[in-house]
Amino acid sequence: MSIASLFSAMPGNVAQGIIWGIMALGVFMTYKLLNFADLTVDGSFATGGAVTVILVTSGWSVPSALVMACIAGILAGMVTGILHTVLGIPDILAGILSQIALYSINLNIMGGKANVAVSVDRYNLLISLRFVPKTIVIAALFAIVLIALMYWYFGTSQGCAIRATGSNPAMSRAQGININLMKVITLALSNGVVALSGGLMAQYQGFADINMGRGAIVIGLAAVIIGEVLGHALFGKRMNFIIRMLFVVLGGVVYYIVIGIVLWLRMPTNDLKLFTAIIVAIFLAVPYLRGQAKSSFRKAAKRGGNV
Amino acid sequence: MLQVKEIYKTFNPGTVNEKRALNGASLTLEEGEFVTVIGGNGAGKSTFLNAVAGVWPVDAGSIVIDGEDVTGLCEYKRAKYLGRVFQDPMTGTAADMEIQENLALAARRGQRRGLGWGISGKERERYHEMLKILDLGLEDRMTSKVGLLSGGQRQALTLLMATLQKPKVLLLDEHTAALDPKTAAKVLETTERIVTENHLTTMMVTHNMRDAIAHGNRLIMMNEGKVILNIAGEEKKKLTIEELLHKFEEVSGTEFTNDKAILS
Ligand SMILES: Nc1ncnc2c1ncn2[C@@H]1O[C@H](COP(=O)(O)OP(=O)(O)O)[C@@H](O)[C@H]1O
Ligand SMILES: [Mg+2]
Repeated sequence: MSIASLFSAMPGNVAQGIIWGIMALGVFMTYKLLNFADLTVDGSFATGGAVTVILVTSGWSVPSALVMACIAGILAGMVTGILHTVLGIPDILAGILSQIALYSINLNIMGGKANVAVSVDRYNLLISLRFVPKTIVIAALFAIVLIALMYWYFGTSQGCAIRATGSNPAMSRAQGININLMKVITLALSNGVVALSGGLMAQYQGFADINMGRGAIVIGLAAVIIGEVLGHALFGKRMNFIIRMLFVVLGGVVYYIVIGIVLWLRMPTNDLKLFTAIIVAIFLAVPYLRGQAKSSFRKAAKRGGNV
Repeated sequence: MLQVKEIYKTFNPGTVNEKRALNGASLTLEEGEFVTVIGGNGAGKSTFLNAVAGVWPVDAGSIVIDGEDVTGLCEYKRAKYLGRVFQDPMTGTAADMEIQENLALAARRGQRRGLGWGISGKERERYHEMLKILDLGLEDRMTSKVGLLSGGQRQALTLLMATLQKPKVLLLDEHTAALDPKTAAKVLETTERIVTENHLTTMMVTHNMRDAIAHGNRLIMMNEGKVILNIAGEEKKKLTIEELLHKFEEVSGTEFTNDKAILS
Protein backbone atom coordinates (compact mmCIF):
# COMPACT_ATOMS: atom_id res chain seq x y z
CA MET A 1 0.00 0.00 0.00
CA SER A 2 2.75 2.42 -0.84
CA ILE A 3 2.05 5.90 -2.15
CA ALA A 4 4.29 5.05 -5.07
CA SER A 5 1.98 2.27 -6.20
CA LEU A 6 -0.95 4.66 -6.02
CA PHE A 7 0.84 7.17 -8.22
CA SER A 8 2.03 4.59 -10.70
CA ALA A 9 -1.58 3.52 -11.19
CA MET A 10 -2.87 7.08 -11.68
CA PRO A 11 -2.07 7.57 -15.40
CA GLY A 12 -3.98 4.39 -16.20
CA ASN A 13 -6.95 5.65 -14.23
CA VAL A 14 -6.83 8.96 -16.06
CA ALA A 15 -6.78 7.19 -19.43
CA GLN A 16 -9.76 5.01 -18.53
CA GLY A 17 -11.50 8.04 -17.07
CA ILE A 18 -11.25 9.94 -20.34
CA ILE A 19 -12.60 6.99 -22.33
CA TRP A 20 -15.54 6.65 -19.95
CA GLY A 21 -15.89 10.42 -20.04
CA ILE A 22 -16.47 10.19 -23.80
CA MET A 23 -19.12 7.59 -23.07
CA ALA A 24 -20.60 10.01 -20.53
CA LEU A 25 -20.93 12.68 -23.24
CA GLY A 26 -23.40 10.29 -24.87
CA VAL A 27 -25.27 9.91 -21.60
CA PHE A 28 -25.21 13.70 -21.20
CA MET A 29 -27.08 14.13 -24.51
CA THR A 30 -29.96 11.91 -23.49
CA TYR A 31 -30.10 12.36 -19.73
CA LYS A 32 -29.40 16.09 -19.52
CA LEU A 33 -30.45 17.56 -22.85
CA LEU A 34 -33.31 15.29 -23.91
CA ASN A 35 -34.42 14.39 -20.37
CA PHE A 36 -34.52 10.69 -21.30
CA ALA A 37 -32.93 8.04 -19.06
CA ASP A 38 -31.55 5.71 -21.74
CA LEU A 39 -30.39 2.27 -20.58
CA THR A 40 -29.47 1.16 -24.11
CA VAL A 41 -25.91 2.28 -23.38
CA ASP A 42 -24.98 -0.82 -21.38
CA GLY A 43 -25.53 -2.79 -24.56
CA SER A 44 -24.29 -0.32 -27.15
CA PHE A 45 -20.98 0.21 -25.32
CA ALA A 46 -20.24 -3.50 -25.70
CA THR A 47 -21.54 -3.39 -29.28
CA GLY A 48 -18.94 -0.73 -30.05
CA GLY A 49 -16.22 -2.89 -28.51
CA ALA A 50 -17.36 -6.04 -30.29
CA VAL A 51 -17.65 -4.44 -33.72
CA THR A 52 -14.27 -2.75 -33.39
CA VAL A 53 -12.41 -5.90 -32.30
CA ILE A 54 -14.05 -8.19 -34.83
CA LEU A 55 -13.41 -5.82 -37.73
CA VAL A 56 -9.82 -5.04 -36.71
CA THR A 57 -8.97 -8.71 -36.28
CA SER A 58 -10.42 -9.45 -39.70
CA GLY A 59 -8.17 -6.91 -41.34
CA TRP A 60 -10.04 -3.57 -41.24
CA SER A 61 -8.13 -0.43 -40.36
CA VAL A 62 -8.80 0.89 -36.87
CA PRO A 63 -10.43 4.18 -37.99
CA SER A 64 -12.87 2.46 -40.33
CA ALA A 65 -13.66 -0.12 -37.64
CA LEU A 66 -14.45 2.73 -35.24
CA VAL A 67 -16.73 4.34 -37.82
CA MET A 68 -18.62 1.05 -38.15
CA ALA A 69 -18.83 0.75 -34.37
CA CYS A 70 -20.32 4.21 -34.28
CA ILE A 71 -22.88 3.29 -36.95
CA ALA A 72 -23.83 0.14 -35.03
CA GLY A 73 -24.44 2.29 -31.95
CA ILE A 74 -26.53 4.74 -33.98
CA LEU A 75 -28.72 1.87 -35.17
CA ALA A 76 -29.15 0.59 -31.61
CA GLY A 77 -30.19 4.06 -30.46
CA MET A 78 -32.67 4.33 -33.31
CA VAL A 79 -34.28 1.07 -32.24
CA THR A 80 -34.76 2.39 -28.70
CA GLY A 81 -36.17 5.61 -30.15
CA ILE A 82 -38.63 3.77 -32.34
CA LEU A 83 -39.70 1.48 -29.47
CA HIS A 84 -40.42 4.59 -27.46
CA THR A 85 -41.99 6.94 -30.02
CA VAL A 86 -43.71 4.68 -32.54
CA LEU A 87 -44.65 1.83 -30.20
CA GLY A 88 -45.30 3.92 -27.11
CA ILE A 89 -43.02 1.96 -24.73
CA PRO A 90 -41.90 4.00 -21.69
CA ASP A 91 -38.33 5.33 -21.92
CA ILE A 92 -36.67 3.15 -19.27
CA LEU A 93 -38.31 0.00 -20.59
CA ALA A 94 -37.48 0.79 -24.23
CA GLY A 95 -33.81 1.10 -23.23
CA ILE A 96 -33.86 -2.13 -21.23
CA LEU A 97 -35.39 -4.02 -24.16
CA SER A 98 -32.67 -2.78 -26.52
CA GLN A 99 -30.02 -3.55 -23.95
CA ILE A 100 -31.20 -7.16 -23.55
CA ALA A 101 -31.53 -7.62 -27.30
CA LEU A 102 -28.02 -6.25 -27.78
CA TYR A 103 -26.62 -8.91 -25.44
CA SER A 104 -27.54 -11.58 -27.99
CA ILE A 105 -26.54 -9.41 -30.92
CA ASN A 106 -23.15 -8.68 -29.36
CA LEU A 107 -22.56 -12.40 -28.79
CA ASN A 108 -23.39 -13.01 -32.43
CA ILE A 109 -21.05 -10.24 -33.55
CA MET A 110 -18.26 -11.92 -31.54
CA GLY A 111 -19.00 -15.28 -33.17
CA GLY A 112 -20.59 -16.75 -30.06
CA LYS A 113 -17.59 -16.04 -27.85
CA ALA A 114 -17.92 -13.98 -24.67
CA ASN A 115 -14.47 -12.50 -25.09
CA VAL A 116 -12.36 -11.74 -28.15
CA ALA A 117 -8.79 -10.44 -27.86
CA VAL A 118 -7.08 -7.88 -30.07
CA SER A 119 -3.37 -7.70 -29.45
CA VAL A 120 -1.55 -4.41 -29.78
CA ASP A 121 1.49 -6.39 -30.99
CA ARG A 122 -0.32 -7.69 -34.03
CA TYR A 123 -2.61 -4.79 -34.89
CA ASN A 124 -1.99 -1.11 -35.27
CA LEU A 125 -4.25 0.00 -32.40
CA LEU A 126 -4.75 3.69 -31.64
CA ILE A 127 -4.48 3.22 -27.89
CA SER A 128 -3.46 0.54 -25.43
CA LEU A 129 -2.82 0.14 -21.72
CA ARG A 130 0.74 -0.68 -22.72
CA PHE A 131 1.18 2.93 -23.90
CA VAL A 132 -0.67 4.96 -21.33
CA PRO A 133 0.67 8.47 -22.07
CA LYS A 134 -0.11 8.07 -25.77
CA THR A 135 -3.56 6.79 -24.80
CA ILE A 136 -4.22 9.84 -22.67
CA VAL A 137 -3.28 12.21 -25.50
CA ILE A 138 -5.33 10.41 -28.13
CA ALA A 139 -8.38 9.89 -25.92
CA ALA A 140 -8.25 13.54 -24.90
CA LEU A 141 -8.11 14.53 -28.58
CA PHE A 142 -11.20 12.41 -29.26
CA ALA A 143 -12.97 14.08 -26.35
CA ILE A 144 -12.06 17.60 -27.48
CA VAL A 145 -13.12 17.04 -31.08
CA LEU A 146 -16.38 15.50 -29.86
CA ILE A 147 -17.08 18.41 -27.52
CA ALA A 148 -16.44 20.85 -30.37
CA LEU A 149 -18.83 18.93 -32.62
CA MET A 150 -21.50 18.79 -29.91
CA TYR A 151 -21.07 22.49 -29.20
CA TRP A 152 -21.70 23.24 -32.85
CA TYR A 153 -24.58 20.77 -33.25
CA PHE A 154 -26.56 21.80 -30.19
CA GLY A 155 -26.28 25.40 -31.37
CA THR A 156 -27.93 24.63 -34.72
CA SER A 157 -31.68 24.87 -35.31
CA GLN A 158 -31.94 21.11 -34.96
CA GLY A 159 -29.88 21.03 -31.78
CA CYS A 160 -31.99 23.82 -30.28
CA ALA A 161 -35.12 21.86 -31.19
CA ILE A 162 -33.68 18.85 -29.32
CA ARG A 163 -32.97 20.93 -26.24
CA ALA A 164 -36.46 22.42 -26.40
CA THR A 165 -37.94 18.93 -26.64
CA GLY A 166 -36.08 17.96 -23.48
CA SER A 167 -37.05 21.12 -21.65
CA ASN A 168 -40.75 21.40 -22.60
CA PRO A 169 -42.28 18.91 -25.04
CA ALA A 170 -45.71 20.60 -25.08
CA MET A 171 -44.19 23.95 -25.99
CA SER A 172 -42.00 22.27 -28.60
CA ARG A 173 -45.01 20.76 -30.35
CA ALA A 174 -46.75 24.13 -30.27
CA GLN A 175 -43.65 25.57 -31.97
CA GLY A 176 -43.92 23.01 -34.73
CA ILE A 177 -41.16 20.68 -33.56
CA ASN A 178 -41.51 16.98 -34.40
CA ILE A 179 -40.56 15.83 -30.94
CA ASN A 180 -40.61 12.13 -31.80
CA LEU A 181 -38.08 12.70 -34.56
CA MET A 182 -35.90 14.74 -32.19
CA LYS A 183 -35.95 11.91 -29.65
CA VAL A 184 -34.94 9.29 -32.23
CA ILE A 185 -32.14 11.51 -33.56
CA THR A 186 -30.73 12.17 -30.09
CA LEU A 187 -30.88 8.54 -29.02
CA ALA A 188 -29.11 7.57 -32.24
CA LEU A 189 -26.34 10.14 -31.84
CA SER A 190 -25.92 9.38 -28.15
CA ASN A 191 -25.50 5.66 -28.70
CA GLY A 192 -23.16 6.35 -31.61
CA VAL A 193 -20.88 8.19 -29.18
CA VAL A 194 -21.26 5.45 -26.58
CA ALA A 195 -20.31 2.77 -29.12
CA LEU A 196 -17.30 4.83 -30.19
CA SER A 197 -16.05 4.92 -26.62
CA GLY A 198 -16.71 1.18 -26.38
CA GLY A 199 -14.46 0.75 -29.41
CA LEU A 200 -11.76 2.80 -27.70
CA MET A 201 -12.10 0.85 -24.47
CA ALA A 202 -11.76 -2.49 -26.28
CA GLN A 203 -8.49 -1.30 -27.82
CA TYR A 204 -7.26 0.02 -24.51
CA GLN A 205 -7.85 -3.21 -22.62
CA GLY A 206 -6.93 -5.37 -25.62
CA PHE A 207 -10.19 -7.29 -25.88
CA ALA A 208 -13.93 -6.98 -26.26
CA ASP A 209 -16.06 -8.63 -23.63
CA ILE A 210 -19.76 -9.35 -23.60
CA ASN A 211 -20.01 -7.77 -20.15
CA MET A 212 -17.81 -4.75 -20.75
CA GLY A 213 -20.83 -2.41 -20.76
CA ARG A 214 -22.47 -3.72 -17.64
CA GLY A 215 -23.29 -0.76 -15.43
CA ALA A 216 -22.17 1.73 -18.10
CA ILE A 217 -25.25 3.89 -17.50
CA VAL A 218 -24.32 4.25 -13.84
CA ILE A 219 -20.71 5.17 -14.61
CA GLY A 220 -21.94 7.62 -17.25
CA LEU A 221 -24.35 9.20 -14.78
CA ALA A 222 -21.60 9.32 -12.18
CA ALA A 223 -19.37 11.24 -14.58
CA VAL A 224 -22.19 13.61 -15.61
CA ILE A 225 -23.19 14.33 -12.03
CA ILE A 226 -19.70 14.58 -10.54
CA GLY A 227 -18.79 16.90 -13.43
CA GLU A 228 -21.82 19.04 -12.77
CA VAL A 229 -21.13 19.38 -9.07
CA LEU A 230 -17.45 20.20 -9.69
CA GLY A 231 -18.27 22.64 -12.46
CA HIS A 232 -20.75 24.44 -10.27
CA ALA A 233 -18.28 24.65 -7.43
CA LEU A 234 -15.53 26.05 -9.65
CA PHE A 235 -17.42 28.17 -12.18
CA GLY A 236 -20.84 28.80 -10.64
CA LYS A 237 -23.01 30.90 -12.91
CA ARG A 238 -20.23 31.39 -15.45
CA MET A 239 -20.51 27.75 -16.50
CA ASN A 240 -21.35 27.71 -20.22
CA PHE A 241 -22.13 24.81 -22.51
CA ILE A 242 -18.49 24.05 -23.44
CA ILE A 243 -17.40 24.05 -19.81
CA ARG A 244 -20.33 21.85 -18.90
CA MET A 245 -19.22 19.23 -21.42
CA LEU A 246 -15.56 19.49 -20.42
CA PHE A 247 -16.63 18.78 -16.88
CA VAL A 248 -18.57 15.71 -17.99
CA VAL A 249 -15.31 14.21 -19.28
CA LEU A 250 -13.49 15.47 -16.22
CA GLY A 251 -16.19 13.82 -14.11
CA GLY A 252 -15.22 10.51 -15.70
CA VAL A 253 -11.56 11.10 -14.87
CA VAL A 254 -12.35 12.04 -11.26
CA TYR A 255 -14.51 8.97 -10.94
CA TYR A 256 -11.68 6.67 -12.08
CA ILE A 257 -9.16 8.40 -9.85
CA VAL A 258 -11.48 7.78 -6.89
CA ILE A 259 -11.83 4.17 -7.97
CA GLY A 260 -8.04 3.96 -8.14
CA ILE A 261 -7.74 5.26 -4.59
CA VAL A 262 -10.42 2.91 -3.34
CA LEU A 263 -8.68 -0.07 -4.90
CA TRP A 264 -5.38 1.11 -3.48
CA LEU A 265 -7.05 1.10 -0.07
CA ARG A 266 -7.63 -2.63 -0.72
CA MET A 267 -11.36 -2.54 -1.13
CA PRO A 268 -12.31 -5.91 -2.67
CA THR A 269 -12.94 -5.57 -6.43
CA ASN A 270 -16.21 -7.38 -5.89
CA ASP A 271 -17.58 -4.40 -3.97
CA LEU A 272 -16.69 -1.87 -6.64
CA LYS A 273 -20.13 -1.71 -8.25
CA LEU A 274 -21.77 -1.37 -4.85
CA PHE A 275 -19.43 1.50 -4.14
CA THR A 276 -20.26 3.13 -7.49
CA ALA A 277 -23.99 2.80 -6.89
CA ILE A 278 -23.66 4.45 -3.50
CA ILE A 279 -21.60 7.33 -4.91
CA VAL A 280 -24.12 7.98 -7.70
CA ALA A 281 -27.06 7.71 -5.30
CA ILE A 282 -25.46 10.28 -3.02
CA PHE A 283 -24.75 12.70 -5.85
CA LEU A 284 -28.27 12.28 -7.26
CA ALA A 285 -29.77 12.81 -3.83
CA VAL A 286 -27.82 15.93 -2.91
CA PRO A 287 -29.81 18.46 -5.00
CA TYR A 288 -33.09 16.95 -3.79
CA LEU A 289 -32.09 16.92 -0.14
CA ARG A 290 -30.79 20.46 -0.43
CA GLY A 291 -34.22 21.55 -1.67
CA GLN A 292 -35.85 19.61 1.14
CA ALA A 293 -33.65 21.29 3.70
CA LYS A 294 -34.96 24.65 2.49
CA SER A 295 -38.62 23.69 2.74
CA SER A 296 -39.55 20.61 4.74
CA PHE A 297 -42.63 19.74 6.74
CA ARG A 298 -40.53 19.18 9.82
CA LYS A 299 -39.19 22.72 9.60
CA ALA A 300 -42.66 24.04 8.91
CA ALA A 301 -43.85 22.31 12.08
CA LYS A 302 -41.01 23.88 14.04
CA ARG A 303 -41.73 27.32 12.66
CA GLY A 304 -45.42 26.86 13.42
CA GLY A 305 -44.58 25.83 16.98
CA ASN A 306 -42.54 28.97 17.53
CA VAL A 307 -45.37 31.38 16.88
CA MET B 1 -59.57 32.71 -41.98
CA LEU B 2 -60.85 30.04 -39.59
CA GLN B 3 -63.80 27.76 -40.25
CA VAL B 4 -64.74 25.27 -37.61
CA LYS B 5 -67.71 23.13 -38.59
CA GLU B 6 -69.70 20.99 -36.17
CA ILE B 7 -66.81 19.53 -34.19
CA TYR B 8 -67.35 16.81 -31.61
CA LYS B 9 -64.97 15.46 -28.99
CA THR B 10 -65.64 12.89 -26.28
CA PHE B 11 -62.93 12.17 -23.71
CA ASN B 12 -62.53 8.66 -22.25
CA PRO B 13 -65.30 7.15 -24.40
CA GLY B 14 -66.85 3.97 -23.07
CA THR B 15 -65.63 4.50 -19.50
CA VAL B 16 -67.28 5.90 -16.39
CA ASN B 17 -65.28 9.07 -17.02
CA GLU B 18 -66.81 9.56 -20.45
CA LYS B 19 -67.17 13.28 -21.10
CA ARG B 20 -68.52 14.92 -24.22
CA ALA B 21 -66.53 18.15 -24.17
CA LEU B 22 -67.41 19.39 -27.67
CA ASN B 23 -70.91 18.85 -28.94
CA GLY B 24 -71.15 20.19 -32.46
CA ALA B 25 -69.34 23.48 -31.93
CA SER B 26 -69.02 25.73 -34.98
CA LEU B 27 -67.34 29.06 -35.57
CA THR B 28 -66.22 31.12 -38.55
CA LEU B 29 -63.68 33.89 -38.17
CA GLU B 30 -62.96 36.44 -40.89
CA GLU B 31 -59.45 37.75 -41.34
CA GLY B 32 -58.58 40.28 -38.64
CA GLU B 33 -61.50 39.39 -36.39
CA PHE B 34 -60.69 39.44 -32.68
CA VAL B 35 -63.19 37.31 -30.81
CA THR B 36 -63.37 36.98 -27.04
CA VAL B 37 -64.68 33.69 -25.68
CA ILE B 38 -66.52 33.30 -22.39
CA GLY B 39 -68.45 30.48 -20.75
CA GLY B 40 -68.78 28.62 -17.47
CA ASN B 41 -66.21 26.23 -16.05
CA GLY B 42 -66.04 23.12 -18.21
CA ALA B 43 -68.00 24.71 -21.05
CA GLY B 44 -65.41 23.43 -23.53
CA LYS B 45 -63.50 26.64 -24.25
CA SER B 46 -60.03 25.16 -23.79
CA THR B 47 -61.12 22.01 -25.57
CA PHE B 48 -62.25 24.09 -28.53
CA LEU B 49 -58.90 25.87 -28.76
CA ASN B 50 -57.06 22.56 -28.38
CA ALA B 51 -59.14 21.09 -31.20
CA VAL B 52 -58.13 23.98 -33.46
CA ALA B 53 -54.49 23.49 -32.42
CA GLY B 54 -54.69 19.74 -33.09
CA VAL B 55 -53.64 18.54 -29.64
CA TRP B 56 -55.68 15.40 -30.49
CA PRO B 57 -57.92 14.53 -33.46
CA VAL B 58 -61.61 15.52 -33.25
CA ASP B 59 -64.26 12.78 -33.42
CA ALA B 60 -66.26 14.53 -36.13
CA GLY B 61 -66.44 17.84 -37.93
CA SER B 62 -63.84 19.84 -39.83
CA ILE B 63 -61.36 22.62 -39.24
CA VAL B 64 -60.20 24.84 -42.08
CA ILE B 65 -57.48 27.47 -41.67
CA ASP B 66 -57.06 29.99 -44.48
CA GLY B 67 -58.63 27.65 -46.99
CA GLU B 68 -56.62 24.59 -46.01
CA ASP B 69 -58.40 21.69 -44.34
CA VAL B 70 -56.21 20.88 -41.33
CA THR B 71 -58.54 18.36 -39.66
CA GLY B 72 -56.10 15.54 -40.41
CA LEU B 73 -52.88 17.37 -39.51
CA CYS B 74 -51.17 16.62 -36.20
CA GLU B 75 -50.25 19.34 -33.73
CA TYR B 76 -46.70 20.07 -34.81
CA LYS B 77 -47.68 20.28 -38.47
CA ARG B 78 -50.51 22.70 -37.73
CA ALA B 79 -48.23 24.84 -35.60
CA LYS B 80 -47.03 26.89 -38.55
CA TYR B 81 -50.48 28.48 -38.86
CA LEU B 82 -51.02 29.12 -35.17
CA GLY B 83 -49.73 31.24 -32.34
CA ARG B 84 -50.67 30.04 -28.88
CA VAL B 85 -50.48 31.34 -25.33
CA PHE B 86 -51.64 29.15 -22.47
CA GLN B 87 -53.09 29.74 -19.02
CA ASP B 88 -50.07 28.32 -17.18
CA PRO B 89 -47.03 30.56 -17.75
CA MET B 90 -44.81 27.44 -17.55
CA THR B 91 -46.41 25.87 -20.62
CA GLY B 92 -45.42 28.29 -23.35
CA THR B 93 -41.64 28.55 -22.93
CA ALA B 94 -38.61 26.29 -22.47
CA ALA B 95 -37.37 27.11 -18.96
CA ASP B 96 -33.85 25.68 -19.46
CA MET B 97 -33.19 27.81 -22.52
CA GLU B 98 -32.24 31.46 -22.92
CA ILE B 99 -34.79 34.19 -23.69
CA GLN B 100 -33.24 34.73 -27.12
CA GLU B 101 -33.15 30.98 -27.82
CA ASN B 102 -36.86 30.71 -27.05
CA LEU B 103 -37.56 33.53 -29.48
CA ALA B 104 -35.38 31.89 -32.12
CA LEU B 105 -37.26 28.62 -31.69
CA ALA B 106 -40.53 30.46 -32.29
CA ALA B 107 -39.13 32.32 -35.28
CA ARG B 108 -38.53 28.95 -36.94
CA ARG B 109 -42.04 27.63 -36.40
CA GLY B 110 -43.11 25.66 -39.43
CA GLN B 111 -39.64 25.57 -40.94
CA ARG B 112 -37.32 22.62 -41.30
CA ARG B 113 -35.01 22.39 -38.28
CA GLY B 114 -31.72 21.87 -40.07
CA LEU B 115 -28.07 22.47 -39.38
CA GLY B 116 -28.08 26.24 -39.81
CA TRP B 117 -27.36 28.30 -36.72
CA GLY B 118 -30.06 28.19 -34.07
CA ILE B 119 -29.85 31.97 -33.75
CA SER B 120 -28.05 34.61 -35.82
CA GLY B 121 -26.58 38.00 -34.93
CA LYS B 122 -29.22 39.77 -36.98
CA GLU B 123 -31.96 37.99 -35.09
CA ARG B 124 -30.45 39.04 -31.78
CA GLU B 125 -30.73 42.69 -32.80
CA ARG B 126 -34.31 42.21 -33.92
CA TYR B 127 -35.26 40.49 -30.65
CA HIS B 128 -33.54 43.20 -28.65
CA GLU B 129 -35.75 45.83 -30.29
CA MET B 130 -38.91 43.77 -29.82
CA LEU B 131 -38.18 43.08 -26.15
CA LYS B 132 -37.57 46.78 -25.59
CA ILE B 133 -41.12 47.51 -26.70
CA LEU B 134 -42.45 45.06 -24.08
CA ASP B 135 -40.93 47.38 -21.49
CA LEU B 136 -40.13 44.65 -18.96
CA GLY B 137 -36.37 45.05 -19.01
CA LEU B 138 -35.97 41.73 -20.84
CA GLU B 139 -33.86 43.29 -23.60
CA ASP B 140 -30.91 43.41 -21.19
CA ARG B 141 -31.35 39.80 -20.10
CA MET B 142 -31.51 38.07 -23.47
CA THR B 143 -29.07 35.35 -22.43
CA SER B 144 -30.85 34.66 -19.12
CA LYS B 145 -32.67 31.35 -18.75
CA VAL B 146 -36.43 31.77 -19.09
CA GLY B 147 -36.88 29.77 -15.88
CA LEU B 148 -35.67 32.85 -13.98
CA LEU B 149 -38.52 35.04 -15.23
CA SER B 150 -41.75 35.87 -13.41
CA GLY B 151 -45.10 34.55 -14.64
CA GLY B 152 -46.02 37.87 -16.20
CA GLN B 153 -42.68 38.15 -17.99
CA ARG B 154 -43.05 34.62 -19.29
CA GLN B 155 -46.56 35.31 -20.61
CA ALA B 156 -45.40 38.49 -22.34
CA LEU B 157 -42.51 36.54 -23.86
CA THR B 158 -44.84 33.72 -24.95
CA LEU B 159 -47.08 36.29 -26.58
CA LEU B 160 -44.13 37.71 -28.46
CA MET B 161 -43.11 34.19 -29.50
CA ALA B 162 -46.63 33.42 -30.70
CA THR B 163 -46.68 36.46 -32.94
CA LEU B 164 -43.03 36.66 -34.03
CA GLN B 165 -44.05 34.94 -37.22
CA LYS B 166 -47.48 36.30 -38.08
CA PRO B 167 -49.88 33.45 -37.27
CA LYS B 168 -53.05 32.88 -39.31
CA VAL B 169 -54.89 32.50 -36.02
CA LEU B 170 -53.76 33.51 -32.54
CA LEU B 171 -55.18 31.34 -29.74
CA LEU B 172 -55.11 32.79 -26.21
CA ASP B 173 -56.48 30.54 -23.48
CA GLU B 174 -57.03 32.57 -20.30
CA HIS B 175 -53.46 33.77 -20.68
CA THR B 176 -53.79 36.36 -17.93
CA ALA B 177 -55.73 34.21 -15.44
CA ALA B 178 -52.66 33.10 -13.47
CA LEU B 179 -51.28 36.63 -13.07
CA ASP B 180 -51.86 39.26 -10.42
CA PRO B 181 -54.31 42.00 -11.52
CA LYS B 182 -51.67 44.60 -12.32
CA THR B 183 -49.53 42.22 -14.38
CA ALA B 184 -52.64 40.82 -16.04
CA ALA B 185 -53.67 44.30 -17.13
CA LYS B 186 -50.23 44.94 -18.58
CA VAL B 187 -50.14 41.65 -20.50
CA LEU B 188 -53.64 42.34 -21.79
CA GLU B 189 -52.59 45.78 -22.95
CA THR B 190 -49.64 44.24 -24.78
CA THR B 191 -52.00 41.69 -26.32
CA GLU B 192 -54.31 44.43 -27.58
CA ARG B 193 -51.39 46.33 -29.08
CA ILE B 194 -49.83 43.35 -30.84
CA VAL B 195 -53.17 42.11 -32.19
CA THR B 196 -54.19 45.53 -33.49
CA GLU B 197 -50.79 46.39 -34.96
CA ASN B 198 -50.52 43.14 -36.84
CA HIS B 199 -54.19 42.84 -37.67
CA LEU B 200 -54.24 39.30 -36.23
CA THR B 201 -57.18 36.94 -36.36
CA THR B 202 -57.54 36.12 -32.68
CA MET B 203 -59.52 33.98 -30.23
CA MET B 204 -59.11 35.03 -26.63
CA VAL B 205 -60.67 32.99 -23.85
CA THR B 206 -61.19 34.96 -20.65
CA HIS B 207 -63.08 34.47 -17.42
CA ASN B 208 -63.32 38.19 -16.98
CA MET B 209 -66.54 39.48 -18.55
CA ARG B 210 -65.36 43.06 -18.40
CA ASP B 211 -62.26 42.17 -20.46
CA ALA B 212 -64.39 40.12 -22.83
CA ILE B 213 -66.56 43.15 -23.48
CA ALA B 214 -63.75 45.69 -23.57
CA HIS B 215 -61.55 43.82 -26.05
CA GLY B 216 -62.07 42.51 -29.54
CA ASN B 217 -64.78 43.13 -32.07
CA ARG B 218 -66.82 40.04 -31.43
CA LEU B 219 -67.86 37.97 -28.41
CA ILE B 220 -68.98 34.37 -28.25
CA MET B 221 -70.25 32.35 -25.33
CA MET B 222 -69.84 28.61 -24.99
CA ASN B 223 -71.94 26.19 -22.99
CA GLU B 224 -71.90 22.39 -22.90
CA GLY B 225 -69.55 22.09 -25.85
CA LYS B 226 -71.40 24.46 -28.15
CA VAL B 227 -71.23 28.09 -29.17
CA ILE B 228 -74.53 29.43 -27.85
CA LEU B 229 -74.16 33.16 -28.23
CA ASN B 230 -72.55 35.39 -30.80
CA ILE B 231 -72.45 39.16 -30.43
CA ALA B 232 -70.68 41.45 -32.90
CA GLY B 233 -70.51 44.98 -34.23
CA GLU B 234 -72.43 47.80 -32.58
CA GLU B 235 -74.25 45.40 -30.29
CA LYS B 236 -70.94 44.26 -28.83
CA LYS B 237 -69.74 47.81 -28.30
CA LYS B 238 -72.83 48.70 -26.27
CA LEU B 239 -72.92 45.43 -24.32
CA THR B 240 -73.03 45.45 -20.50
CA ILE B 241 -72.30 42.66 -18.04
CA GLU B 242 -75.93 42.53 -16.85
CA GLU B 243 -77.14 42.17 -20.42
CA LEU B 244 -74.62 39.42 -21.04
CA LEU B 245 -75.67 37.43 -17.97
CA HIS B 246 -79.28 37.89 -18.93
CA LYS B 247 -78.66 36.70 -22.46
CA PHE B 248 -76.83 33.67 -21.16
CA GLU B 249 -79.74 32.63 -18.97
CA GLU B 250 -82.11 33.19 -21.85
CA VAL B 251 -80.18 31.02 -24.29
CA SER B 252 -79.07 28.22 -21.97
CA GLY B 253 -81.98 28.15 -19.54
CA THR B 254 -79.51 27.95 -16.61
CA GLU B 255 -77.66 30.39 -14.46
CA PHE B 256 -74.10 31.35 -15.36
CA THR B 257 -71.88 29.09 -13.27
CA ASN B 258 -68.37 30.44 -13.55
CA ASP B 259 -68.01 31.83 -10.05
CA LYS B 260 -64.73 33.52 -10.93
CA ALA B 261 -66.37 35.43 -13.76
CA ILE B 262 -69.20 37.28 -12.12
CA LEU B 263 -68.39 40.96 -12.21
CA SER B 264 -64.74 40.34 -11.51
N1 LIG C 1 -57.81 15.80 -21.78
C1 LIG C 1 -59.02 15.64 -21.17
N2 LIG C 1 -59.38 14.43 -20.69
C2 LIG C 1 -60.58 14.26 -20.11
N3 LIG C 1 -61.49 15.22 -19.94
C3 LIG C 1 -61.18 16.45 -20.38
C4 LIG C 1 -59.93 16.72 -21.02
N4 LIG C 1 -59.90 18.03 -21.36
C5 LIG C 1 -61.08 18.55 -20.96
N5 LIG C 1 -61.86 17.61 -20.38
C6 LIG C 1 -63.22 17.82 -19.85
O1 LIG C 1 -63.97 18.45 -20.86
C7 LIG C 1 -64.79 19.46 -20.29
C8 LIG C 1 -64.49 20.78 -20.93
O2 LIG C 1 -63.22 21.22 -20.45
P1 LIG C 1 -62.52 22.58 -20.87
O3 LIG C 1 -62.57 22.72 -22.33
O4 LIG C 1 -61.18 22.57 -20.25
O5 LIG C 1 -63.43 23.67 -20.17
P2 LIG C 1 -63.24 25.23 -20.05
O6 LIG C 1 -64.38 25.82 -20.80
O7 LIG C 1 -63.33 25.55 -18.59
O8 LIG C 1 -61.92 25.59 -20.63
C9 LIG C 1 -64.56 19.43 -18.80
O9 LIG C 1 -65.56 18.66 -18.20
C10 LIG C 1 -63.22 18.76 -18.66
O10 LIG C 1 -63.14 18.05 -17.44
MG1 LIG D 1 -60.12 26.33 -19.81
